[in-house]
Amino acid sequence: MTLRRDIVTSAIGILVLTLFCGILYPLVITGISQVAFPGNADGQMVYVNGKLVGSKIIGQNFSLQVVKHGKPVVDKSGNPVTVPDPRYFQTRPSATAPPNNAASTAFSNLGPNNVATEQAISANIRAYLALEKPYDPELTTAKVPVDAANSSASGIDPDISVANADIQAHRIAAVRHLPMSTVLRLISQYTTGRGLGFSGEPGVDVLELNLVLDRMTGGRG
Amino acid sequence: MTFLGWLTIFLFAALLTVLAMPLGRYMAAVYAGERTFLDPLFLTPERLFYKVMRVDPKRGQDWKAYAKSVIIFSLFGWLLLYFILRSQTLWNWTGLNPQGFHSAPWNVSFNTTSSFVTNTNWQYYGGETTMSYFSQMAGLTVQNFLSAGVGIAVAVALIRGIIGRSGKSLGNFWFDLIRTVLWVLTPISFVVALVLVFQGSIQNLSHYVSFNGPTGLANQIAMGPVASQEAIKNIGTNGGGFFNTNSAHPFENPTAFTNLVEMLSVLVIPAALVFMYGKMVGNRRQGYAIYATMMVMFLGAACVAYIAEAHGSPAQHAAGLHTQAIAGSAGGNMEGKEQRFGIAGSALFDVVTTVTSCGAVNSAIESFTGIGGAVPMANLSASEVIFGGVGTGLYSILLYVLLAVFIGGLMVGRTPEYLGKKIEAREIKLVAIGLLITPLAALLSTALATASAAGRQSISTAAAGSPQGFSETFYAYLSQANNNGSAFAGYSAFVQPNAGNLGSHGITFANLLGGFTMLFARFAPILFALAVAGTLAGKRVSPAGLGTMRTDNPTFVILLIGVIVLVGALTFFPALLLGPIVQGLTNHLYG
Repeated sequence: MTLRRDIVTSAIGILVLTLFCGILYPLVITGISQVAFPGNADGQMVYVNGKLVGSKIIGQNFSLQVVKHGKPVVDKSGNPVTVPDPRYFQTRPSATAPPNNAASTAFSNLGPNNVATEQAISANIRAYLALEKPYDPELTTAKVPVDAANSSASGIDPDISVANADIQAHRIAAVRHLPMSTVLRLISQYTTGRGLGFSGEPGVDVLELNLVLDRMTGGRG
Repeated sequence: MTFLGWLTIFLFAALLTVLAMPLGRYMAAVYAGERTFLDPLFLTPERLFYKVMRVDPKRGQDWKAYAKSVIIFSLFGWLLLYFILRSQTLWNWTGLNPQGFHSAPWNVSFNTTSSFVTNTNWQYYGGETTMSYFSQMAGLTVQNFLSAGVGIAVAVALIRGIIGRSGKSLGNFWFDLIRTVLWVLTPISFVVALVLVFQGSIQNLSHYVSFNGPTGLANQIAMGPVASQEAIKNIGTNGGGFFNTNSAHPFENPTAFTNLVEMLSVLVIPAALVFMYGKMVGNRRQGYAIYATMMVMFLGAACVAYIAEAHGSPAQHAAGLHTQAIAGSAGGNMEGKEQRFGIAGSALFDVVTTVTSCGAVNSAIESFTGIGGAVPMANLSASEVIFGGVGTGLYSILLYVLLAVFIGGLMVGRTPEYLGKKIEAREIKLVAIGLLITPLAALLSTALATASAAGRQSISTAAAGSPQGFSETFYAYLSQANNNGSAFAGYSAFVQPNAGNLGSHGITFANLLGGFTMLFARFAPILFALAVAGTLAGKRVSPAGLGTMRTDNPTFVILLIGVIVLVGALTFFPALLLGPIVQGLTNHLYG
């Protein structure tokens, strides 16, 4: 008797609660968000000359596709082979495939005591030094900020540390023929502070910074 | 380590307490059926739910009837969720599968379904490459609400048993469930979801967006109704991310401020339940004693994790990195951590979500240092009683309280009693078995998975043959047995060559073992907790005398911490030694 009652109540209950919690609730939130915060609700997309170039809060790979004999080069998994574009600030290392894939995010899942981790970090340091040292001769491994050598959690971290940005500033100033002081001023302008003034770390939004540089000195055709 | 890092941890604890106290009072009123300020909004829908579901909310249920309702309701939830996950393309007509994703294989769906119905939210799948918006909303979000509701209902029933003056009734499950959903989970989720969007979380039903960046490289960004699910994911201590990288993803957790909001929303209900308990038993100090116990253990865990992560990892040092704070960078082990959260914001989030049964992550726990990774495992070893999951935490720590009362009673040589009720052989037997189920499930599954080739194939290549490989396995089953859901995410049981599940397959062993572990370790303790409630409900209350052991003073807090640590340590210490502690004590690199 009570068993039958429980079955009837449960069967009806799960359906009406699905309508309430699973359809009504998310749709109401969607409706309000789309009206009240349309930009945020759609991902803070950034347009240049009417063309979508990314989201303000999604880190992307500021690299150039390697082309050989007029054809884009791809790796074994079919992902494009790229080299960092020296005209742009670079985001943190990413463990997604290809890097900064915002449709398939992933951790590196590299353990603290594994040789594979040391190798990955060393490779990141080598790439960083290869890119930055020509413009900042005093840069050594010991001076590489941790966020530039360790892959981010999401693989699409939009921010880099101020120390990281200040090092890259040497390259940007040289390649873009800008005074160092201008680049440093832009960095501090696009640095987000801590939450409520105390929580988290300041971060420099790489996309915004790169786009303002493009506006000042011209982007790639 | 930085001053602001420490400030974050302690200010967070203070903020939590300030928010949880009034919420606890409010919730006590909700379950007593007293007037609250949200009554005008919810009394009508409440009546409607009872009418449609054919429920008489005033009909009291004894522990067996209560348990039967819990189990049958969860079973129906399981069936519907499994059906939704397996029939993803059937719902294309709703427009809520814009990417045309197929269903994940049966074994992965079995694991996922068991995971969400048990409030675990262990995920072998990546959200943005596996789930349609319909599955995320009508399937997973629903269980985020309901599994949390079931947990809280059981806790409320146990409290009613402890304070029951006569008879056998523990209240009515449907009353507790509907009231939890309407008066507690919905309003908080509503507010938090909008705060998240205000700060930059997304909330839409669009196609994924393709674009070419400034350098011309093509990229794609996953979209979806994220904020609504993110809110209840934390509030219900569920933890299943909309995206694969969970709360590390900028769309789930866009700023350092939302990181604070999410941590607070994870802990606020478990903390409030303790104050609610004090109010319901008519002695707030009983609640304060339990709160103090939890807070001491919580802060201890947060401090150790912060120190360990700020120090950096052996792999970093071997590569020549300097990990101390410098101008413009806080240093530390930034592998698998986001810049905007930093070390303190990541370590604290990790502790917040592993003391509770939340299991959300804003950083890769697998990449934590040895000791940093031992902290979440130690939290899990305490069987989710340091705040714990919504409801589950309170009913589990009450079992520990009874155990502590029993041990204390033996020490002073008196029949142990709690709040005037004698704790006798039957209760202690139920408590002891109830508390041993989770460790048993965790260790047995770990042993099976470590000893068999079928289990070892889930270990990631980078970790194979090293203590990290054992840590992955141990964490997987410890997390699933505790219905937590966080992971050393290299441990995998879902091979997915393409987004959308075509050509994908699951590893049956890990999916099934994990699924059954979660179901067993969720529902068996619920039965024991309700059985304890049932036997306590009918007991007479004897007035407190001179020799009565007090359960609301610092001495009892110390005794309770001792019992929790002792049971956890005795059970799990050998396993902890083999994995994270071995790594934490050496600079050796394996592999």
